[in-house]
Parts: sequence; C-alpha cells; structure tokens
Amino acid sequence: MLALSALGGLFSGVVLGGMESELSVIPGLLVLVPALLATRGNVYGSLGARLATGLHQGLVDPDVSLADDRVRAAVTAAMANGVAVSAVAAVLGYGVLFALGRPAAPLPALLVVALVAGVLSGIGLTVVVVVAVFWGFRNGMNPDTLAGPVVTTTGDVIGIATMLAGARLVIALGVV
Amino acid sequence: MPDEWSIEGIVRATFPLLVGLTLVELGSGLVLDTGKEVLTTYPSLLTLVPVTIGMAGNLGSVLASRLSTAFHLGTLDFAADDDELAGNALATVALAVTLFPAVGVGAWAVQFALGGLVLPLGTVVLVAAASGVALAVLAVAVATAATYAAYQFGLDPDDVVIPVVTNVCDVLGVVVLLLAVRAFV
Repeated sequence: MLALSALGGLFSGVVLGGMESELSVIPGLLVLVPALLATRGNVYGSLGARLATGLHQGLVDPDVSLADDRVRAAVTAAMANGVAVSAVAAVLGYGVLFALGRPAAPLPALLVVALVAGVLSGIGLTVVVVVAVFWGFRNGMNPDTLAGPVVTTTGDVIGIATMLAGARLVIALGVV
Repeated sequence: MPDEWSIEGIVRATFPLLVGLTLVELGSGLVLDTGKEVLTTYPSLLTLVPVTIGMAGNLGSVLASRLSTAFHLGTLDFAADDDELAGNALATVALAVTLFPAVGVGAWAVQFALGGLVLPLGTVVLVAAASGVALAVLAVAVATAATYAAYQFGLDPDDVVIPVVTNVCDVLGVVVLLLAVRAFV
C-alpha cells in the first residue's frame, strides 16, 4: 500500500517537475503547494470517513445517489470547506510573503490559482471518494480502510494537476 | 447535539481545524520556497517533493496508529527497552531504508525519460535515501512523543496523534529534503 502511494506521489512529482516555468512566473505558488495538497487529503479523507460511517450506521443508502440528503450535505460541505480553505491558504500565504518582504505574485493571481484548483480538485476527488466508498461497501469491503489510501494516492496527483491548470489559466489571462 | 449531517454542522466542526493545519503547511511551503532556485534548476529534485512529503506523513501516521493500538491494548510502556516500541521504531526505519532509494531511482528515471536530466543518478538516490532515513528517525521521535503526550494529558491517542504527526511530518519532510539537497547537490 505504501509502495502504491509512493508511485502516486512520484507521478504528482513529475507534474510538479514539469511546472518549473509556472513556479518561476508566479512567485509564491510553491509556498501554496504543501498547504493545498494537505487540504485535499484532510477534506476529502474526512468526506470518505464520514460516508463510510454513515454506511456502517445504515444512515446512508448504499445506492450511489446525490438525491440522498445526507450524501448531498456531506459532499456540499466538503466542497465548501475545500474551496474556502484553499482561498484562506492563498490569502495567508500572500500575507506572510508580503510581511517577510519575499517576492510574491499579486494576490488575485494566487487566489485564482487556489480557487480554480480548489473547485476542480473538489469535483474530481468527490467523484473518486464517493465511487470508491460506495463501490467498496457494495462489494463487501470496509470503506474505512479503502477511503484513506485512495485519497492519499489520488489526492496529490489531482491536487498538483489542478494547480497546474489554475496556473496556466492565470498566465493565459495575463494576471501575472 | 448539532446535526452531524447538515452542511453547517460539518463545516463548523471541521473548518477551524483545517485553517490551523493550513497555517502549519504554509510554514512548510515557506521553507520550500527558500530552496526554489535549486529545485527549479533540477526538476528531478522537484519530483521528490510530493513523494517525500507524502511518505513522511505516511511513516509517521502508520507508526502513530500502531503505537495508539498498542497503548489501548496495554502492551506499550514508554521505556527505552520496551520491545513493542523498539520493534515498531526499527520497522519504520527499515521501511524508509527500502522505500526511499527506490523512490530516488524512480524520480531520476522519470526525468531521464522526459529528457529533463541534469543530476547524476547517484546524487538523486543519495538525496532521497538520506532524507528518508533522517525522516524515519524524526517520525519515530514525533510519533512517540505525541502518543506519550496524549497519554499524559488523558486524551485518546487515536483522535489527536495522527493529524498532529501527519502534518508535523509534512513540514519536517520539506526541511529534511532541503537539508539533504544543500548537503549533496
């Protein structure tokens, strides 16, 4: 399991390695990388754990459906948390860099990257987590042991790839 | 009791912790930013960043989870000659010694295939292996200290130790990786 997670980590590393030009054009972006990646793991790992608990308690119907009020609330809350914390990370990161007198891209640029990455990775990870947890449960697996590794392995890859998408968008829009 | 399955209830329960953890991670981002020149010059080092951060957190949380279980089972006492503690600590270091050089080879091979190669294989493997071993030792120290502190304060180690250890190890992962880069590149 650790080796698989290392492989996922290497893959996201490749994407990060290919981002060197974006990292140079948008100073301060590198500061956000650990915070945004950890947020993915924390938010969507907890979504997986919550859905798993709901399935175990019989509160959530094992048919995959967003019509279920509890599933919808859990997913919406995770998306809201993920996007809001990404924005907080951008603002705080910019503030700290500014206070230290270190080079930083304009706040709107960092904010757009964080928000684009937050929304896109939120959609991607919600799909991955919901499918893995429900599929696992219906096939007799314990969704609790499934959700954690699935999120750690895919979270970094999706997190970095969506940050790259956000960075490309910011550069294309001419914000930096 | 607030509704655990309402949007507001979930956000209220988790948002403050998320902001706190973000502050810790921004610390690790700032450290990473100080090494930006060398990292962007050699993409194979940049490739090591997510995997080192991730594995450091993994090593710490696996050990913390084992120590928490041993603690609940009553088989753990915090003495230097405690078999349970020594065995788990040794297993964590052994895991790092096997896993990290492989990660270094992987990072080098991928950049070689992409044509982004600047650093020799030996250097990348050395950086990965050295950071891995140092991180394993630190993860053992952090996980043991956090489990012990939870025990002293009467907290359930399962609730507090894992998030603390995972995020502290994330920060240490970046610091150690940059120190290894400074030492060997």
